[in-house]
Amino acid sequence: METSFIKSLSEIVGAQYTLSDPESLACYGYDSTPELQSRPGVVVLPGSSEEIAKVLALCNGAGVRVTPRGSGTNLSGGSISFDAGVVLQTSRMNRIIEIDEENLTATVETGVITSTLHREVEAKGLFYPPDPGSMNISTMGGNVAENSGGLRGLKYGVTDDYVMGLKTILADGEVLKTGGKVVKDVAGYNLNQLLVSSEGTLGVFSEVIVKLIPKPQAKKTMLVHFPQLEQAALTVSHIIAARIIPATLEFLDRTTIKCVEDYAHVGLPLDVDAVLLIEVDGHPAQVEEDAAGIREICERHHCSFFQTAASPEEALKLATARRVALSALARVRPTTILEDATVPRSCIAPMVKLIQDTAKKYDLLIGTFGHAGDGNLHPTCLTDERNPDEIRRAHQAFGEIFEATIAMGGTITGEHGVGVAKKKYLPKLVGESGLRVMRGIKGAFDPRGTLNPGKIF
Amino acid sequence: MDYVKLINCMRCGMCLPHCPTYKESFLETASPRGRVALVRKFQEGELVESEKFLEYVSLCLDCQACASACPCGVNAGELVAEFRCERKQEQGLSTMEDLILRKLVPHPDRLEAATAPLRLYQRTGLQKVVRSLGLLKVFPSALGRMEGLLPKLPAAPLRQTISEVTPAVGEQKGTVGFFLGCVMSLIFSEASLATVELLSTLGYKVVTPKDQKCCGAPNMLGHDIDGLKDAARFNTDLFQSQELDFVVTDCGGCGAELKKYGHHLDGEVAATAFSTKVRDISEILAAEAGTLKDKLKPLPLKVTYHDPCHIAHCQGIRSQPRALINLIPGIDFRELPEADACCGSAGTYNIEKPEMSDRVLSRKVQNVQKTGADYLVTSNPGCLLQLKKALAEATPAVKVIHLTELLQMSLNA
Repeated sequence: METSFIKSLSEIVGAQYTLSDPESLACYGYDSTPELQSRPGVVVLPGSSEEIAKVLALCNGAGVRVTPRGSGTNLSGGSISFDAGVVLQTSRMNRIIEIDEENLTATVETGVITSTLHREVEAKGLFYPPDPGSMNISTMGGNVAENSGGLRGLKYGVTDDYVMGLKTILADGEVLKTGGKVVKDVAGYNLNQLLVSSEGTLGVFSEVIVKLIPKPQAKKTMLVHFPQLEQAALTVSHIIAARIIPATLEFLDRTTIKCVEDYAHVGLPLDVDAVLLIEVDGHPAQVEEDAAGIREICERHHCSFFQTAASPEEALKLATARRVALSALARVRPTTILEDATVPRSCIAPMVKLIQDTAKKYDLLIGTFGHAGDGNLHPTCLTDERNPDEIRRAHQAFGEIFEATIAMGGTITGEHGVGVAKKKYLPKLVGESGLRVMRGIKGAFDPRGTLNPGKIF
Repeated sequence: MDYVKLINCMRCGMCLPHCPTYKESFLETASPRGRVALVRKFQEGELVESEKFLEYVSLCLDCQACASACPCGVNAGELVAEFRCERKQEQGLSTMEDLILRKLVPHPDRLEAATAPLRLYQRTGLQKVVRSLGLLKVFPSALGRMEGLLPKLPAAPLRQTISEVTPAVGEQKGTVGFFLGCVMSLIFSEASLATVELLSTLGYKVVTPKDQKCCGAPNMLGHDIDGLKDAARFNTDLFQSQELDFVVTDCGGCGAELKKYGHHLDGEVAATAFSTKVRDISEILAAEAGTLKDKLKPLPLKVTYHDPCHIAHCQGIRSQPRALINLIPGIDFRELPEADACCGSAGTYNIEKPEMSDRVLSRKVQNVQKTGADYLVTSNPGCLLQLKKALAEATPAVKVIHLTELLQMSLNA
């Protein structure tokens, strides 16, 4: 990157927020995606919408590409600059502008950490449900760009169900305001929803208005063991069919159970196929009724163990197995490839089975856990990046898993985004017409291809 | 360094919200994930040990909050320290480092003699004169900061005045060795006397070998691994010669280091046996909670607790100090927001990196003020020094004391 261009950037955001030393560039050459790395040409940390606009206008004019980045927890390589361009980190813009208790909305700057928003709104008896695994560090702007999900997706939906308004800086530095605090708004195309999950390719968010809901009054946590996978899967389907929508309905498979037990010694039996963690919330009476209904369904499907937490401390204990699942798996081998194939929830059992068979076929260690209630599974391959043969087999296995996912009517990514990691699978999922429309949209927003090049398609 | 330890980092970023320097700067280079990447790139030959490189790496407080947060068991703080030790072994100690780490620190007599002028300085009233005339402004700023941190020193170091054996009160339950710790002995001897009183009250005979030496933590800080090993061997042999149930310390930093002697001496049997006997005072007292509770009298105080990094992150001790405070009848315990975030003291970090240290500290002070507590309790001398000074300036009404001092107050109320 030319020194004069770096100097122009530093005149906008300040010298201390313009990083071009090799050490900084090395540290901004990765996000949370395994294997992918590429050093940017320069990193900027703007402190305001105006600074973002000026940076983008400068880059757009000069033909320099820009990759937006929040905290760098992306799992599809979406926040890595692959063409030595500018990485634009939004973390400094971390003000909660307003919590509007009359309209039940929160307006935040793009770099606000998700769990910070949780804390602030919950202190007022309100609730912002999306809770991605990285919520303690992920930014709201990043969540919008990736349409992040989380454990509460089944009952409460994901980020796009809560985005009401956006302030977006377009590639040429123009400001686009979409939506607002109104619940109903049919004026023109729904650009809000178009921008959600655009993965930094259409614009850089500077402010987000989200919907809030009242905080549920009561909660009950249950842990259930199933000797047979099929029975666990049927239980999930039958809970939903019984018109009970748990806030959380999480699943661990046999491999994950073994890793969790090895690591955390929480007393899980090693001879069961599946463990479900179920949480219901809402009005206290409804919670009692739902919990009783769930117990009946679990027993009908031959669960070998059913426990309801008697206190918040016990609930935390029951949730331990699910909470430590990723840690337990990640410690087994140096490299952890975490995927997010998602199928209609009626296909959970065949999907888990298929993953297990594929792991066996390619001689890999894959543990599966995830959000059984919404069909979003996390097959997690435990491998070693120093073993190219094993890595090759892992990619082959995931290729087959994604194909099967599409065949079952599912999707290649439920919450991590396409980025570059899933790019090659997208055409199969959306088809030529899907790609054509997406390219048209990209061209309308960013005709010069400045923003996050090479991502999605 | 074991390369696997570096590639175990899956770059998930879970450490970022726990890292004090990242929270202040939002810079990836100032985060644990970034530091692991830097060391890895160095090992892979992609980065050289430039001035910037060293600046980034040395910004780490080594508070190890990242280790508590890491899902994969990576300890970025320790990796950075290990990396710096390895580099130091290749480069050798400077004359000044050799003087301090080899010729002063491991010799308690010299250390005590070296600090004698400070005691004199305070007791003759010279300190008041210097401070009131603003004379410190003409000295280098590091010296000024050191002077400012200094609380009132005891008349003599505890190591010189404590008796080697303190008998148990009543029936003897067991025998513990007491590891004094240099800063506790030189500066916070009253807290250590409280520790001894609590132990003997609970039925422990307390043996305090006078020959004990510095635990080696300063050597670790100075990346002098050989000096650390010398300290580990000496103390292991000294305490091994006694019949002890436990080795107790009331210094978080010493405790963390003593518990790693086995590791430092590559798994040597005697050192490992020694390490497994080491207990922080809060661990021993919490195990005796039933007995202790009966002896404690009411204290109507509003109290909060700051987790020292060397207690919470390095030793995993969090519940015991809180449980002990809550044993005191009438106490109003208030949890401190971000209680286990570093206070910025971090060995000599507050002298070496004053700007970042002050930012981290001011966040801590604000959190203490939010609790409305009138006593801030902690259990590590570095934190005590740092917080006593900061709160004396910001909120003089808040007193900063060691956990054992609070318990002693209740015992004798």
